[in-house]
Amino acid sequence: MSAAGSGRLDLDGIYRAEYGRCVATLTRVLGDIGLAEEAVQDAFAVAVQKWEEPPPNPGAWIVTTARNRAIDRLRRESTREARHAQALLLHHPDEPEEAGPVRDDQLRMIFTCCHPALSPLAQTALTLRLLGGLEVTEIARAYLVPEATVAQRIVRAKKKIRDAGIPYRVPGAAELPDRLTSVLTVLYLVFNEGYTATSGQLLRMDLCLEAIRLARALAELMPDEPEVIGLLALLLLIEARRPARVGPSGELVVLAEQDRSLWNRELIAEGHELVRRCLRRDQPGPYQLQAAINAVHTDGPATDWTQVLALYDQLLHHTPTPIVALNRAVAVAEVHGPAPALAAIDELDLPGYHLLPATRADLFTRLSRTADAIAAYDEAIALAANDTERTFLRTRRARLERET
Amino acid sequence: MKQYLLAVQFDESAPTPSDEEMRAQMARTGKVTDEMRAAGSWVFVGGLLPSHATTVVHPGNGTTTMTDGPFAETKEQLGGFWVIECEDLDQALSWAEKCALACGAPIEVRPFNDGSGE
Repeated sequence: MSAAGSGRLDLDGIYRAEYGRCVATLTRVLGDIGLAEEAVQDAFAVAVQKWEEPPPNPGAWIVTTARNRAIDRLRRESTREARHAQALLLHHPDEPEEAGPVRDDQLRMIFTCCHPALSPLAQTALTLRLLGGLEVTEIARAYLVPEATVAQRIVRAKKKIRDAGIPYRVPGAAELPDRLTSVLTVLYLVFNEGYTATSGQLLRMDLCLEAIRLARALAELMPDEPEVIGLLALLLLIEARRPARVGPSGELVVLAEQDRSLWNRELIAEGHELVRRCLRRDQPGPYQLQAAINAVHTDGPATDWTQVLALYDQLLHHTPTPIVALNRAVAVAEVHGPAPALAAIDELDLPGYHLLPATRADLFTRLSRTADAIAAYDEAIALAANDTERTFLRTRRARLERET
Repeated sequence: MKQYLLAVQFDESAPTPSDEEMRAQMARTGKVTDEMRAAGSWVFVGGLLPSHATTVVHPGNGTTTMTDGPFAETKEQLGGFWVIECEDLDQALSWAEKCALACGAPIEVRPFNDGSGE
């Protein structure tokens, strides 16, 4: 809705904030995501014409208008779908405006978008489009893929939802743990996609903020799910350190060398509070443990590595993956020294993952095994995913050569 | 209600199971079918012989020709299938999970065209 971003009437802002909620509600009313989106877009087009200033509750205005527009549109059409939707509309003559049903609509939409029968990429694209209200163009730019690819992915996913009969509902207790994992994964991937991006790429930083916004919404909708709270805490604590993560010339700054005064104290306080909430529940899971690790990193003037290692031991028990083992080795190095850390990652198999040779390089350096370190840096540089990381590794490698 | 095909993808290159394994598998799949019947989801079930028994009839120029064997020479072949009736994909998937475990083989879940989609 780029045409709408004019002056004091911040239609772009309203669109971004309300689009997902409105589509979620209209999907329940109309029984079809495509029809719901058309109706909501129609309503925003009316808003552009009519609003001189936004009504007190713009979302409710959009929903009512969209519903009326949908009725008009359906009366003109006579397809089976249209008749079905019309029948649904007649069964929902009064649009509920209280908070309860609207919140449930959003939850239903989150679970539908992140349904495991959809490919991970489709889940992400749908979530950003339907819940985040991002335009296809914005998603394409953020993921550095052609617009047509994103558009096609979204169209196909919506078609599958309709044709395969993916339900529009919050999963029952038996399915919930698995399905929630799928939702949390999507949000975490969206955040990471934005976080691995570097300075100057503001659009990709939007992905972090979007992931946090969605995680916040999910935490409000499911306050009793400790892993949801854990994910939100984790994202906030990582985001809080962003200002210190990149130096003045765009170079990567490692945790130990970061200027802690640049960290966002508000986000850290909020993250810590959420971690404490999780601890009180005592039902640890992978996101809560990662949040706790980040809470330790952001507590006091320096990291208490013994605590971090204890948390990594727990995390490795929950999620015995090579990446967790690699991260744990970093804590092992701080607590027990580089040699045991090197031994701990000796057997790891992470093909194509640059942080494994990068970690080895760092441990070799500390053991004064310079030749091994340089070889490991070369391997890591060849595998690094972006320029910022490559530059960081090259700088380290060069420093090592100078010192010998 | 929607109808779904649950197709069993058997790996024909795998070693033939022993009679005992076969009986155990039949017992497991039979139990799933019984559950489907009890839940009112069952429409049809059938097991197929391996693809060596298959013949394909091709149309062409108003007449037909026959070839020995299945369409594609892939190791995964249709080994059998259920047709079930469910509220939505989630229900179909939860049956498919039971079928996959009972057969020890992947299950393809496909909705029937009821005229509402493409």
